[in-house]
Amino acid sequence: MTSDPMTNHPMHVEGAATPVVTYRQALNDALRAELTRDKNVILLGEEIGIFEGSYKITAGLLTEFGPERVRDTPIAEEGFVGAAIGAAMLGMRPVVEIMTLNFSLIAIDQIVNHAAKIYGMFGGQTPVPMVIRMPGGGGQQLAATHSQNLEVWFAHIPGLKVVAPATPADAKALLLAAIRDNDPVIFLENLSLYNTKGEVPEGDLPAEIGRAAVAREGTDLTVITYSRATTVALQVARQLAEEGISIEVVDLRSLRPLDRETVCASVRKTSRAVVLEDDWLSYGVGAEISATLMEGAFDYLDAPVRRVAAAEVPLPYAKPLELAALPDANDLIKVIRELLDATRFTRQQQNR
Amino acid sequence: MPEVVMPRLSDTMEEGILSRWLKKEGDAVRQGDVIGEIDTDKATMELESFDDGILEKLLVQEGTTVAIGQPLAVIGNGTGSPGPASTGDGTATATAAAAAPDGTAPEMMTAPAPDPAVPAPLPSKTVAASDHAQPDAGSQRLLSSPLARREAARHGLNPATIIGTGPGGRIVRADVEAAIAAAEAAPSRPERQAQQTGPGAQAEQPPSSAPESVEVPLTRMRKVTARRLTESAAVPHFYLTVVVGVDALFRFRREVNERFADQGLKVSVTDLLVRACAVTLRSYPQVNSSWGEDSIFAHRRINIGVAVALDDGLIVPVVTDADARSLDQTAAETRSLAEKARAGTLKLKELSGGTFTISNLGMFGIDNFTAVINPPEAAILAVGAATKEPFLQDGELRSRSIMKITMTSDHRVLDGATSAAFLRDLKRTLEEPLRMVL
Repeated sequence: MTSDPMTNHPMHVEGAATPVVTYRQALNDALRAELTRDKNVILLGEEIGIFEGSYKITAGLLTEFGPERVRDTPIAEEGFVGAAIGAAMLGMRPVVEIMTLNFSLIAIDQIVNHAAKIYGMFGGQTPVPMVIRMPGGGGQQLAATHSQNLEVWFAHIPGLKVVAPATPADAKALLLAAIRDNDPVIFLENLSLYNTKGEVPEGDLPAEIGRAAVAREGTDLTVITYSRATTVALQVARQLAEEGISIEVVDLRSLRPLDRETVCASVRKTSRAVVLEDDWLSYGVGAEISATLMEGAFDYLDAPVRRVAAAEVPLPYAKPLELAALPDANDLIKVIRELLDATRFTRQQQNR
Repeated sequence: MPEVVMPRLSDTMEEGILSRWLKKEGDAVRQGDVIGEIDTDKATMELESFDDGILEKLLVQEGTTVAIGQPLAVIGNGTGSPGPASTGDGTATATAAAAAPDGTAPEMMTAPAPDPAVPAPLPSKTVAASDHAQPDAGSQRLLSSPLARREAARHGLNPATIIGTGPGGRIVRADVEAAIAAAEAAPSRPERQAQQTGPGAQAEQPPSSAPESVEVPLTRMRKVTARRLTESAAVPHFYLTVVVGVDALFRFRREVNERFADQGLKVSVTDLLVRACAVTLRSYPQVNSSWGEDSIFAHRRINIGVAVALDDGLIVPVVTDADARSLDQTAAETRSLAEKARAGTLKLKELSGGTFTISNLGMFGIDNFTAVINPPEAAILAVGAATKEPFLQDGELRSRSIMKITMTSDHRVLDGATSAAFLRDLKRTLEEPLRMVL
């Protein structure tokens, strides 16, 4: 099976039915495949063994690979992230599960000051080939401290790689790539994606970290997004297609390194850009994309880049308030329409 | 020690010329005394003192151009020693006042670029309000998207000639494409005749020593006219013309002028137009409105500007509350304003606050024309000359006098039907002049 050079998405091959699996299963499959392929791969985390993980991503792996390779840790994020760093420096390929991204704050010094820095600060004597998997995002009524999207905290740090797959196929392909990467990789999952389904090609097909995907091609406007928001953007794109509006959706997939080339190429084509992000607006992913477009597509913009992000409040617990605070399809559609109006969009333009 | 600073005398003023000092250093001044004169972009204004004291120092010479807020003179107690109110204060205040508010950083729950046609957004989401061209009275620069600029350059179009229909009048790609299409549709200009060669060719004209063009420095009035009307180029204009039968109007005018000749009353056609427009505008608040970027201002007062041609430019004095003035008051006012315009003594208040403008070129024999909107007004009426035309009445060919009037409307404020209804009623008022007595 090959990759589509345009989208870097695995292409469907005639005759071979691609299995449809959940995002959760795709992750589980990727972990199993890597544990099988490379004996240096180990898993660490709270309740990942006997309990099979809070979100069952590690289901069955303790039984299959034993407690040497799938280790339950104490409730001590700083400790087990530090242990994984040490193991990685000595040749292991640890995959750490932090129960939610929110708990990574306890381990932030290990991640930012050790995992990200050791290779550079010690003259390249040892890489730190480890993965930290963690789910983030809101919408599950887990309240403000358990519903955050802190991706830019990590995406800001040189020495880390940060990926945020939106589809089951990318969850698998990027996890394979992350485990094999010699840099510490922050692997951002999203609670609301675990049960989503999609075609996942069988076989050993790691993605290239740092490449965005054109998840849907279009001509009139580009929505740049990642993770859960990609599913919202694709839904909106399908809806607006019925009105003759052609939306291109760029799924960043990797926040560091950031595929500025694909983002700018798309907007140079469409002249209109909206960023849909689950994090907060100020200093968020959208701010970085917007600056990227200023630098790489300025002369092709027909209007300022627009951003749709979460309300700048600690996420409320109450369901109606939580829903109101998170960006959704209606918010995106509204901003898309405003941007189209601002550029006097007419349907005929799409035939150009 | 109080300072006298260059005041802001009009909303378009950025600087003024201290043209004349009427007091000299050492003179005692009281609050309200006129101590000098300032030439603004519109008129010569009086510079008043806001303080009592001794005019200790004149800081600028006559003829100096001074920015708003900059000091012109110092008023003290006569000792020349700086008082507690140091000179810094005046400047600081002026600077603070000049600081432009900048709302580009979106706060939480900021509403996005407002579009009156779109319902208010949910207050809870954070959407960056970006596509909102901010009106800036100071700079008035041409707004265009980078893509539009690039496309215009690629097609050799001057962006200043393109009408922007994006937010705040921004030129977007669609506008450039419309301009390109319009240029392609227009008949191409005659090519300059190729120079003949060969025996029959005319000898090339000897190069003249005189330059082909003479550079004429811009007067202030020409600068203001150019700037204001360039602003107007960003306004999406549309034009409606009606033919008005004016025999009744001329009879009415003759009758009024004969009847009241002993009172020195002389009503011009322009006066009748001012009166007719004012009366008709009462029923059309939409026409008596201004575009305010985020909203439309419907004006309570009906103030009608009358374009007056001068030797060195164009000026538009305003007949304020035109609907509340009787015909003789209107006539007296227009005459007084026109005289002052020619003498250059119009006061600023006589030049500002217009809500509708009339431009009459009938006296030049112009049949009809379209006038350029005087921003931020929503409409202007262009009046042509009265001419005779044949027409059929009861199957018989007769002659009548007509006048063509053309209304230019700002399409952001007015739609065709509204302007058309206004013109229809205006035509009726002019054709049945008794209506303007009301």
